[in-house]
Amino acid sequence: MATTVTTESTELFDKKTWMGGVEPMNASYGKLMMWFFLISDTFTFSALLVTYGLIRFSFPVYDPAIHGAFQFSNLYWPIPEQVYNSVPFLHGVDAPLIFVGIMTFILIFSSVTMVLAVEAGHRMDRPTVEKYMLWTILGGFAFLGCQAWEWSHFIHGTEQGMSIKEIVSGEWVSRTVFGANLTENQYGPPAFADLFFFITGFHGTHVFSGVLLNMLIFYRTATGLYQRRGHYEMVEKVGLYWHFVDLVWVFVFTFFYLV
Amino acid sequence: MSDYNHHADHVGTEVAPAQTKRIWQVFLILSAVTTLEFVIAFTIKTGYFKTSLFVGLTIVKAFYIVGEFMHLKHEVKGLIWAILLPTLFVCWLLLAMMLEGGSIFNLR
Repeated sequence: MATTVTTESTELFDKKTWMGGVEPMNASYGKLMMWFFLISDTFTFSALLVTYGLIRFSFPVYDPAIHGAFQFSNLYWPIPEQVYNSVPFLHGVDAPLIFVGIMTFILIFSSVTMVLAVEAGHRMDRPTVEKYMLWTILGGFAFLGCQAWEWSHFIHGTEQGMSIKEIVSGEWVSRTVFGANLTENQYGPPAFADLFFFITGFHGTHVFSGVLLNMLIFYRTATGLYQRRGHYEMVEKVGLYWHFVDLVWVFVFTFFYLV
Repeated sequence: MSDYNHHADHVGTEVAPAQTKRIWQVFLILSAVTTLEFVIAFTIKTGYFKTSLFVGLTIVKAFYIVGEFMHLKHEVKGLIWAILLPTLFVCWLLLAMMLEGGSIFNLR
């Protein structure tokens, strides 16, 4: 069998192609697999965002002509800037979307320091890699801290809360709901809080594991492993993951907070 | 990324100068687009125009993050398409499901 394929046209696919050491798509094995992991992770995140789109469009939108002045109600989908309008240490100040904007800039900036670390790795510049990895880790922790505050605020709710009417054993009873959990939500329909917890929670988990990976990379850089290995490709691979986390936040920011 | 320095004997000596101009350029673009999104959020009336502006600006940001930071722009065509094509199908699913949601709203 093998003797029949020794023509010139098969030169592109000679035996060496199948003996290993060839990089398909000009990317190393690890990098290619990271890309394929990221595309599968994209599907998971898209599933959540698609669900958000479906559920949101199946609820009425707030219309001043019908509903009057805006107040929290489970009859329509809330306006994000009315929900996310608090900043730590500024109690009672109406600052719509300011805090989430700060979070966005923190994550973009930590993405920049990551790419600076990758660039330094290409030049085998170990101190610079260490420096920028530390900044990236700091940015990750800062973002996680912000998210913890955001969740805490969302769960505890505002002072006024939202009064709802419901039928309890055949009679209309009115009571006030404070904050949000998976079954009750003062800001709007319960599905809104559920999606908030699922989407930002899933993203936060990614940030957390990204920070752990970054710390591992920092440790291995600081102990000189990559310098001895002769290349800093691990920084690049984890960098891909970290940028992906930033990218997801860009989409979450738009579809959850802005639109 | 084939221009790796594979010489282990190069350790710690004569580090090449940093090439960070493009990185900061992209950072400025991303910051500017995010700031623009904030301005739009508080100045333009809610509607299809505003939503499509947001979606467009998000795609601009995604392009710079994936293209420059993740370096996809400089990879071979096969890899670019392997990443882009599945994403395009996802966009279609998103649109289809949003329309489906609108129809659920109409039927309620």
